[in-house]
Amino acid sequence: MAKKRVVTTTINGDTHEFLCKPQQTLLEALRDVLGLTGTKEGCSNGNCGACTVQMDGRPVDSCLVLAVEAEGADLKTIEGVACGNHLDEVQGAFLEGAALQCGICTPGFIMQTESLLEENATPSEEEIRFYLSGNLCRCTGYDKIVKAVQCAAEQRQAAAT
Amino acid sequence: MATAEKPQYKVIGTRPVRHDGVDKVTGRARYGADTQLTGMLFGATLRSPYAHANIKSIDTSKAEALPGVRAVLTNADLPEQGDRIVELGEGAVNMRHLNANVLAKEKVQYKGHAIAAVAADTIHIAEEACKLIEVDFEVLEPVLDVVKAMADDAPILNDDIRTESLGSHPASDDASKNTNVAKHFVFEKGDIGKGFEEADIVIEREFDTATVHQGYIEPHASTAHWNADGKITVWTCTQGTFSVRHQTAELCGVPISDVKVIPTEIGGGFGGKISVYLPPVAAGLSKKTGQPVKLVMDRAAVFEATGPTPGSHMKVKIGATKDGKITAGEAWIAFEAGAYTGSPIAPGCMCVFSCYDVPHAKVDGFDVCVNKPRTNAYRAPGSTQVCFATETIVDEICKELDIEPAEFRLNNAAKEGVRRVDGPVYGKVGMIETLQAIKDSDHYQTPLTGKFQGRGIATGFWFNCGLKSAATATVNPDGTVSLVEGSTDIGGSRAGLAMQLAECLGITAEEVKPAVVDTDSVGYTDVTGGSRVTFATGIAAINAGKDIQQQMCARAAMIWDCDEADVRYEDGCIIGSGDNRFTFKELAAKINATGGPIAGRGTASEETQTGAFGTHCADVEVDADTGKVQILRYTAAQDVGTAIHPSYVEGQLQGGAVQGIGWALNEEYWYGEEGSMRNASFLDYRIPTIYDVPMIETILVEVPDPGHPYGVRGVGEVPICPPPAAIANAIYDAIGVRMRDLPMAPHKVCAEVLKK
Repeated sequence: MAKKRVVTTTINGDTHEFLCKPQQTLLEALRDVLGLTGTKEGCSNGNCGACTVQMDGRPVDSCLVLAVEAEGADLKTIEGVACGNHLDEVQGAFLEGAALQCGICTPGFIMQTESLLEENATPSEEEIRFYLSGNLCRCTGYDKIVKAVQCAAEQRQAAAT
Repeated sequence: MATAEKPQYKVIGTRPVRHDGVDKVTGRARYGADTQLTGMLFGATLRSPYAHANIKSIDTSKAEALPGVRAVLTNADLPEQGDRIVELGEGAVNMRHLNANVLAKEKVQYKGHAIAAVAADTIHIAEEACKLIEVDFEVLEPVLDVVKAMADDAPILNDDIRTESLGSHPASDDASKNTNVAKHFVFEKGDIGKGFEEADIVIEREFDTATVHQGYIEPHASTAHWNADGKITVWTCTQGTFSVRHQTAELCGVPISDVKVIPTEIGGGFGGKISVYLPPVAAGLSKKTGQPVKLVMDRAAVFEATGPTPGSHMKVKIGATKDGKITAGEAWIAFEAGAYTGSPIAPGCMCVFSCYDVPHAKVDGFDVCVNKPRTNAYRAPGSTQVCFATETIVDEICKELDIEPAEFRLNNAAKEGVRRVDGPVYGKVGMIETLQAIKDSDHYQTPLTGKFQGRGIATGFWFNCGLKSAATATVNPDGTVSLVEGSTDIGGSRAGLAMQLAECLGITAEEVKPAVVDTDSVGYTDVTGGSRVTFATGIAAINAGKDIQQQMCARAAMIWDCDEADVRYEDGCIIGSGDNRFTFKELAAKINATGGPIAGRGTASEETQTGAFGTHCADVEVDADTGKVQILRYTAAQDVGTAIHPSYVEGQLQGGAVQGIGWALNEEYWYGEEGSMRNASFLDYRIPTIYDVPMIETILVEVPDPGHPYGVRGVGEVPICPPPAAIANAIYDAIGVRMRDLPMAPHKVCAEVLKK
């Protein structure tokens, strides 16, 4: 068994040093080493998007990133989306719009939506569907997810003006 | 859409934020794999590389010698079950089969079949150790096709299966012969010979549907601790904690009272998280080590070893008069049970003609073992397959007779007083109302204009199970109520139950705090399935509310020093004679000083209800070159009884419709000749993505169920039934080819176009 490595990252604004094995994925490190279990595992091969986090501002499937690759990275996970006890617009829109049923895919969808809205503040339905097509949901039929993203975009636009 | 004289509700029909919602949008909600315990070990499972093989020997010595490995478990470590059938809440289970499915005994019956499990300090060590387990196999010929498995010369999976005849005993059923055909159901009504004689048109077709998976995003995960006092605690994501308790106790050979099951949140189930796979294995490993053990499946194991719903072969024949009245129906239905008996063939037989008033009918149904994972319930189990067959034939009859398809269905629709082929007579049902709702919809009224575009409709039916539930509710001094119940919440049921209790007590949904608790903390509650939770656990919650009402009235009578009969509970207030009046909150503040806490209890034990109907309308565009079918517009209308929380009712219709769309167009288990699944990943199995589907329009038709105080019908399962048929009918409308083989993948559509 290979020796553990020390990885230094920024996670949700705070500097973290953690130990991980070379073969551990970022998803495993977040969940099993750091206790950040809000990031979910659905497939461990990049098919479902449940483990989506932001790495240096880009959405990534954390099951496809080795933990050692996160050295020096700036990470944001679902635990860092709300500001204290204030949900952000995306979280609020998913909640108010009943855009979740079982909720296992929700953290991944929220993280992917955060990236979408950072890149494109006023996405069309087509753009929303295209950007979120790597995130699988088996419960909702996606209808209310699309509407929640539209709602979050509108709220963020309204707040910005 | 509401029918006349709808009662005025204050809470029911509103859309409050669900109580568990904040935890689910912040990542705080704890699911199956999120369990972390002091001293916890990690487990991995060795699975069969063969679809069918005898196990000659298993040598675990090298695995046990690997540093960091704490225990290895095989079937030899599980107690012998003998030949016994145990009632496990949602049907009788052959314990010998359940035991062999959890860890293979003597033979493996499908690729991915669990053979041994390892507990180690890390998951990586456990996985390495699995590779060191040596299994000597004698590979056998597999049988993967339901029709081939019924043949006399088919390889036989189980040495203890003889055909069990149910309904009648046809001479063709030989009860002495070892076979793959575990069950043969026969349902008859009227005289089909006479019925078909009366018909002007008779259409008989054959259909095939592929094996499909529930596709929940959360893999199975269980953690168990077998404590030094002999008590077992299981943390798991399940649709039924009491069912897991019973199955685990039976498989571990301990009394049910020695097992406590603590439900985590559950990341989807759709029927696939009822049967146990991991809890007895984790418990066995924990018994050997004295430490808690966590087992989590990977996605390939989820596909290869859990879930699926049967592939099928069906022959269906329907006769009708030229003015559009169905005279007779006959069906021959064979479902793949997978490795062990237990497909939903019985409900398949019950549902095949369930949408119509068919005066003469006969249904033969077969439960057939094949070398695939043992099948499990999947949303309206058995109904989607048969709905596909019946509803495409109905469409064909409409085209032949030139009768408008909604009109034909209205003319033959199941309604109050109609007897189903399996016996029961419908009470108040809403099939006609859903058809009318589709007929009147903007969608149906808007003509299609494009080339290769088409529209299809189809109807579907599913039962509402009643079964048993328990709930308690305690009044807090601040006027809120804590609701404790045992139905694990897959899609927002906590909110729906809290709302029913709030309506009963005249308080707000937010003033009820629902909690789903472990098996030691609430009375027996059957599984979250059968579209029963909002209905039956709802009744339990309402009964707990009525108990609180009665106790609040008694307490007020004591305070006012009056006769209890002079106090009534009305609209959230406790009202006595004269000016005597408490709001719920006012009296709640006094209860601890006037005799102590008030706790209401409620139970439900309900007969199976009649069920619910849905009608769907699909517009498609077919790419004539590639055969790809695009859904342009989709509307689902359903009789939902009373929509407690309309957003989550719509969500059930939308989610069910999209699962049905996946079943219709993409999803299937692809097998190689040797019996291994070739597409055991989400990339290759390909459930619908957000990019594949349009918005799903919903029409909630409310025909209250008289069996529930607020008229609730279960809504979760019906919406998966109509989509394959609605889409097949739309494809015919678009390009004139009849699809009778699911999924209607591009290559199959292309092949049909070329034949034409």
